[in-house]
Formats: sequence, structure tokens, C-alpha cells
Amino acid sequence: MRELYLLIFYILFSFSSSAQSVISGKTKDAKGRPVPGVSITIKDSYDGGTSDSIGTYTFKTTELGDKIIVASSIGYYTFEQKITLKDAPLNLDIPLKEEPNELKAVVITAGTFEASDSKRTTVLNPIDIVTTASANADVTSAIRTLPGAQQVGESEGLFVRGGTANETKVFIDGTLVNNFFFSSVPDIAQRGRFSPFLFKGTVFSSGGYSAQYGQALSSVLLLESIDLPERTSANLGISTVGVSAGYQRLAKDKNSSWGFSYNYTNLLPYFKVVKQKPDYFHVPEFHNTDFNYRVKTSKTGMLKFYGYMNASNLGLRRSDIDSSVLKNAFGLKNVNLYGNLSWREKLGKHWKMNLGLSYSTNTDKINNQLQDQANSKQTFINYPFSQKNFDIKANADLAVMKAVFERRLKGLSMFRIGGEYFYNKDKSDFSSDSVYQVNSHSSDNLKAAFTEVDIYVTNDLAAKIGTRVEHSSLLDKPNIVPRISLAYKVGEVGQASLAYGIFYQKPDNSYFIRTYRFNELQYTRATHYIANFQKVTREYTLRAELFYKKYHNLIKTIPSNNGIDSLNNAGYGDAKGFELFWRDRKTFKNVDYWVSYSYLDTKRDYLNYPMAMQPNFATHHTASLVVKKFVTKLKTQFNGSYTFATGRPYYNIGYNAPAKSYKIFDEGTTINYNSLSFSVNYLPNIGKTGASRFTVFVFSINNVLGSRQVFGYNYSYNGMNKEAVTPPATRFFFLGCFISFGIDRSDDVINSNL
Amino acid sequence: MKKILVLLAITVSSTILFAQSEKYMKAMQSNIAMLDSGYIKGNMAELSNNFERIADAEKTQWLPYYYASYCAVGNAFAEPDKSKTDGIADRAEQLIKKAETINGKENSEICVIKSMIASSHMMVDPQARWQQYGEASASNIAKAKSMDPANPRPVYLEGQSKFYTPESFGGGKAPAKELFIKALTMFDTFKPETSLHPNWGKSTTAYFLAQCN
Repeated sequence: MRELYLLIFYILFSFSSSAQSVISGKTKDAKGRPVPGVSITIKDSYDGGTSDSIGTYTFKTTELGDKIIVASSIGYYTFEQKITLKDAPLNLDIPLKEEPNELKAVVITAGTFEASDSKRTTVLNPIDIVTTASANADVTSAIRTLPGAQQVGESEGLFVRGGTANETKVFIDGTLVNNFFFSSVPDIAQRGRFSPFLFKGTVFSSGGYSAQYGQALSSVLLLESIDLPERTSANLGISTVGVSAGYQRLAKDKNSSWGFSYNYTNLLPYFKVVKQKPDYFHVPEFHNTDFNYRVKTSKTGMLKFYGYMNASNLGLRRSDIDSSVLKNAFGLKNVNLYGNLSWREKLGKHWKMNLGLSYSTNTDKINNQLQDQANSKQTFINYPFSQKNFDIKANADLAVMKAVFERRLKGLSMFRIGGEYFYNKDKSDFSSDSVYQVNSHSSDNLKAAFTEVDIYVTNDLAAKIGTRVEHSSLLDKPNIVPRISLAYKVGEVGQASLAYGIFYQKPDNSYFIRTYRFNELQYTRATHYIANFQKVTREYTLRAELFYKKYHNLIKTIPSNNGIDSLNNAGYGDAKGFELFWRDRKTFKNVDYWVSYSYLDTKRDYLNYPMAMQPNFATHHTASLVVKKFVTKLKTQFNGSYTFATGRPYYNIGYNAPAKSYKIFDEGTTINYNSLSFSVNYLPNIGKTGASRFTVFVFSINNVLGSRQVFGYNYSYNGMNKEAVTPPATRFFFLGCFISFGIDRSDDVINSNL
Repeated sequence: MKKILVLLAITVSSTILFAQSEKYMKAMQSNIAMLDSGYIKGNMAELSNNFERIADAEKTQWLPYYYASYCAVGNAFAEPDKSKTDGIADRAEQLIKKAETINGKENSEICVIKSMIASSHMMVDPQARWQQYGEASASNIAKAKSMDPANPRPVYLEGQSKFYTPESFGGGKAPAKELFIKALTMFDTFKPETSLHPNWGKSTTAYFLAQCN
């Protein structure tokens, strides 16, 4: 019995007195640097410690025998090791290996500007697009304040690094968009069709982009549409250019949403107050409607549909350049339909799928007339007046299918494979005084396949290697290209990237529907070389980029007495330059600004150029300053932007009959371009949580100083008369009020110091 | 003899159990006692690790994971390098999810932590993240209040959020003060379920209230 009590006593005693040993050591990463904040634990015990700022740790334990020591820290692989604990001190150094981390890993940025809401620090936010003063909520106008794009005021589109607007393609949710801009009007740049509020992510690539994208010689603009809205809401807008209304419904289970909006734009009242240089016989009028439906198809899947319809009508009259008494009247009616269906889903553990389907049809009806002072139609049989009365009905259809499958490899490495199919049909019915009627059409089946791999050697070194194969039925030729880019992290926030790639683009559809001979046309081709360095933190961004681009097989027109005889691919050119970008959110309190500068040296021999020369859409120096300041007390955001560009060359190129070739009859350089813009957003309900109504007032002026802007010159047929191409009005004013019910839209503009 | 053996068995096993839970109580209490000084000393990460160790060893207690998450989110707020905040807040999120899983459901205190996690993500880039995280933070405060109207912590957090919101946006010291006063009176009557259950926030509420005057 006594033994038993002793036993019990012994057992009880053993819980209260145990041997203690001290474990200590250092934590080190792969480069031997200390890792602070590592949790070191003896598995399944309370005993452990945390490494200090120099990586040392020490703790006591009462555990004995064979145990497992575990060390873990954010951003590192968990370290485990078996140890045997005796009643003695133990010294154990802990090596830690960095875990691949999307937020910390190097990103390939050669040629790329990204605006997204991802957790990674990006150069721009989605809000930056809509609060850039000169942009008036137009995506591409905001992009024009970044390095790489030219200031071309007479024509829509992005002219990137010596490329034409046609060389930049726009993609929504992965599929190509035809007619992204409103239909062209001679000498007046048009806006993009789509509201920037539709998109949560924008990537502007000025070169060297992924094998996923093709048929763009210079640049791609990638837009990613928003997923489900935060809440159900309705909105109303009224402005100096029109009215709008919309409704967006989020299902109760927050798994799906639908919405629609309608926009009516009529510039009549505005043109009454702000006089325009052209005489508008039909003031621009636009009806826009759109519809969207988005549904979560599973925990990881999302299906989105977006449908858009636009009908517009406008007509303007200018004095005819070939005569002192006649006028030229241009009328345009446009109908555009666009639908985009996209579906992304995870397939099993490793695969991700992105499917896209889009269709668009665009019809432009153009009527051009020669008129007298009383605005009645005049008919002449002599050249060039015989060419000035005509009607065109142009129709463009495009259907796109795209499928991308992505497989996650070890760490952050990724493998991608996919295909694209484009079907386009272009039709043109042309009739004039001299030509009874010419109906022409052209269609093409373009198939493409691509594969790409993102290799992360470490968090600090990444490569993207891809290849793309295409075949156009119209050209009946395949092409295959390589795309390679590399990125290396230099220090905590710096990184260097390189990109190389070959890019093919078939000649513009419009060439195929004219009456030229186009024997043996080939793809036009460009080769890009880009070197980039960037440092990004939340406070500032510094970016520098060098590029060289070589053009091959550009389209050349072969002249004859009657105009253009045929086309070939004898054109060529190159572009080189450097670009700088600096953004600073810290130096001046509550002020965020960026500066961009582009130097471009480009020459090309294409179309009717008699030799390789600087094209009329390119200048050497372009610089922009964009400033944003939110004044909390006034609940107002002030935005300013200033853009400067040196003059662009202009040419009067004509047919030199004796030599049977093109000749420059006159040339020059336009004056420098200056534009100062200013906008104010006033948000009276900002910050009122629970407010059912949210109002934004917007006021903006483009070209506040009224600087004279000349985009080029038009020449009369005989070259005797020369007229400057200028904006339709010196300044553009905008005043609008947008009310949203049931949703607090303050997030769009809220101050960063809140 | 048989009786003695049974007695022995009962004594030994209950002693082990008692010792075990006493060890748990002691470890929890000593770490909870360090919470208030944790912010000042800047060792919230270390405290979070301590609680996580207890949680991992215990496996059936939600409170150590709760405190591990509370300390982690405190560390996320304290971290001066904003590029690290998201990673720490994500860690806090994992820990509070473990607490929720063990507890079997959400409760008022868990919602309080979730609101703090959302706020810490928001602080990284308020302008761009307000919509997503501001909403999540506010809705978790509302949830915490409805799940336990006597809990003073969501009221304190609401006051803090008002405190940091500019006056012209409907925030400021005046509305914050009202909430801090209300929270303080609630702290006076609040009784935690056990000595280990959450009972933090009174001193910081008093601190903020002093700042409002």
C-alpha cells in the first residue's frame, strides 16, 4: 500500500518538475540573410519562440525525446526537422526557402502599363483612367498621357511608337473588338464607344506582348470587364451633351446580376452655345443602349454577357478646298451592334479555362456632296469635282472565338495553350457621279494557335516564352512567330525586363474591298526589341524604356494616271526611342502627379511615300504632366493635365506623271502642340454612409489656354491651296451631373488619405 | 486491491486532465496579459505565434486561434511597410477561419476580427480598395452588433472608423466621441464568458476618447 502512495506521489510530482533545455539558433534565407519574425515551434507543444530582427531565436522547453521542430514565416516554405531533446542546450540554425509569391515575384513589364485592382502594386489604378483631366472619361484619351502614344488630334485610335492607329488592336475580355471607336469623320478624332466604368482592368502594351495576341503590329489595349456589381443600383445622368439612365440588379444570393443602360447624346444645345468651325447640317446625335448579364457558374466560374447597340447620325459642311465658292458636305449614319460572351472556369485542380465569343456588325452610310452657297447639290464632270458626289455603304462583320487553357506548374510557373478563330466579312457599295455602282466585298477566315510558358526560376527571375501560328484564308499563307520576354528583380522594388518578338498583321480589310489589284499580298511584319527598367512602390514609380522596332513588308501603293493601280508589300521602316515615366504620390501632400516623356525617331516608306521618311503621325518629343488633387473640405477633386508635343511633318504627295511615281510637292512641319486641360469633380454626398443617393458633378475644359493646334494640312488638287487641319472648336467644355441611387459611388474618387 | 487500482486510475487520469487544462489556462492567461503591452512593445507577431502554438497543440479550442488572429491583424495595422500588410492580413484571415471552423459557426467576436482584417487591407490603398474592403469592414461590424448587442468591441471599432474619417465625409471627433462613450459604458457592464474570452478594448477606447477632447 505504501508503494502505491509513493507511485501516485511520484506520478503527480513528475508533472510539476521537469527537466528544461534551451534551444537557440539563427534563421537564414537562401542568401544567408537573417529572417525576422519566424515562428519556431516544437510540434504539438506550447514551446517555441519567434526570431528577432537579426534572426536569432531562443526558447526553453520541458519536452524530451524525439520531437519535430517546425519553423514557419509568411512568404517562406515551412521548415521541419526531427530533433532529439536531452537535458542539454541545443543550437539549431534554420535555413528557410522563399515561397513563390505572386505579389512579390518579378513581373514582366517591358512595354506594359497596367491599371488594375490587383493587390500587386501597379502603375495605375482603374480610377486613374476616369479622373485624367484631358480624357473626359475616354479610355484611349487617358492612355495618351502615358509614354509611347502620339498626340494625333485629327484621327481616332492610338498611334504607338511610330505605328499607325491600325497597328493597335483592342481586346475586351480576351477577344478582338472591331470598330472600337465611333466611325471616322474627316479630320475630327472620335471617342471610344465603351464607357470606362465597364472595365476593372486595363493593360496598355506598347510592344513585346504575349503570344496570346496577334494581328497587331505595334500595340494592344486589353480591357477586362467588371464581374458582379457590389449592389443593386440605378443611375441617371444629365450633361451638356445628353442624358443617360441605367439600372443594375444584383440577385439576392449575390450569384448573378443583370443590367441595362441607355444614353442619348445630342450636341445641338452645346453647338448653339459653343460655335464650331464646320457647319453642322445634322448635329451629332447618338443613341446607345447596352445590356449585361453576369453569373457565377460555380465557386470558381464566371459567365459574362455584354451586348451593345449604337445608332448615330451626323452631317457637316466645310468649304471645298478646290474652289472658293463651293462647299463639301459629309453625312454619316452609323449602326453598330456588339456582343461579347466570356466564360472562365477552373477545370480540376490544375487547369483554368477561358472561353470567349464575340460578334460585331457595323454599318456606315456615308453621303458626300458638293454644294453651292445655298447648300444645294452641284454636279460637275471635270476632275476633281466629278469625284466629290458619292455614296458609300460600308458594312463590316467580325466573329471571334477564343479558347485559352492554363495549367499551373511548379510554383508560379504556368503553361498556356489556346486557339483563336476570326471570321470577317467586309462589304462596300460605292456609287458616284462618275461611277454607277461598285459593289465589292471580301471575307477572311483567320485561324491562330498559340502556346506559352511562364517560367519562374525564382521569385526574382522570370521568363515568358511563347509562339504563335496563324493562317489567313485570304492571303492563303501561314506565319509562325516567337515571343520572348525576361524579367529580373533588382533590389526590393526595382526590376529590369527585356522583350523580343515578331508580330504579323494582315493588310487592312479596306484594301481588299477597293478596286486595286493586290496580287500576292503578304502579312506586314514588325520585330520589337525592348529593354525596360522600373521601380514601383506605393509612393512613387519610375520607369525607363528603350525600344527598337523594325517594319517589313508594309503596304505600298503603285500609282497610275487614274489614281492607285495596285498594292504590294515593298514598304519598310523602323522606329527607335526611349520613354520615361515618373509618378509621385508622396512629395506633395494630397497631390498625385505623373510625368511622361517619349522620344521617337521613326521613318517609313509606305503607301504613297516616295522614300523612307518621318510619317505625318509621328513627332520626336512628346511630354505630359497629369496632376490630381482631392480637397477633402470641399469634397472636390481637381485634375489638371498638360501635354506638349513638337510639330509633326506634313506632306503634299502627288503623282508625278512623267516619272510615273509619287513626288513630294510641298512639305513642312506643324507648329508645336500644347494643350492644358482642367477638370473638377464635386461629390456632395461623399462619405455619408448609408446615403441612398450619390451625386457627382463634373466640369471640364480641354485646352483652357486656347492654344492654337494644327494637326496637319489639306491640299487642293492642284496644290495651290493649303488649309490647316484644326480642331472643330478651340476649347471643349463639359458640365454634367450623375446621380446613382442605392449605391455609394464615392469609391470611384475617394481620397487616398481617408 | 481492485478498488485501489480504480481509484488510482481515476486519480492519475484526472490529474493529467487537470494538469493539461491548467497548463492551457496558464499559457493563455499569461499571453492574454501581454496583449495590451504587445502594441507598445511591437511584439504582436510574437504573441500571435505563441497563441498559434497553443492552438495547434490543443486542436479543439477556438480561442487561441482567435487571439492568434487578433494579434496578427494588430501586427498588420502596425506594419509600416504597406507592401507587407496584405500578406500579414491574409495570415490573420487564415487563423480566424480556423477559429470559426473549430467553434462551428461565426460569432460576434469573430466578426469583430473579420472587420479589422478588412480594414487593414483597406488601409493599404483606401482610394482603390474602399469599395471592396470598406463594405466588408462595415458589414462585419453590423453583424457583430446583431449577434451580440452587449459586445462593446464593434461599437469601439465603429467609433475608431468615424475617428479616422474626415469631418466633411461624415466622420470626425464629435460622432466618434459619442460612440466611444457608449462603448465605455458597455465595457463597464460587459462580462466575458470565462476569463479567457475576449475582453480587450477598454483601455484603447479610453485612449481614443481622450483624443476626442
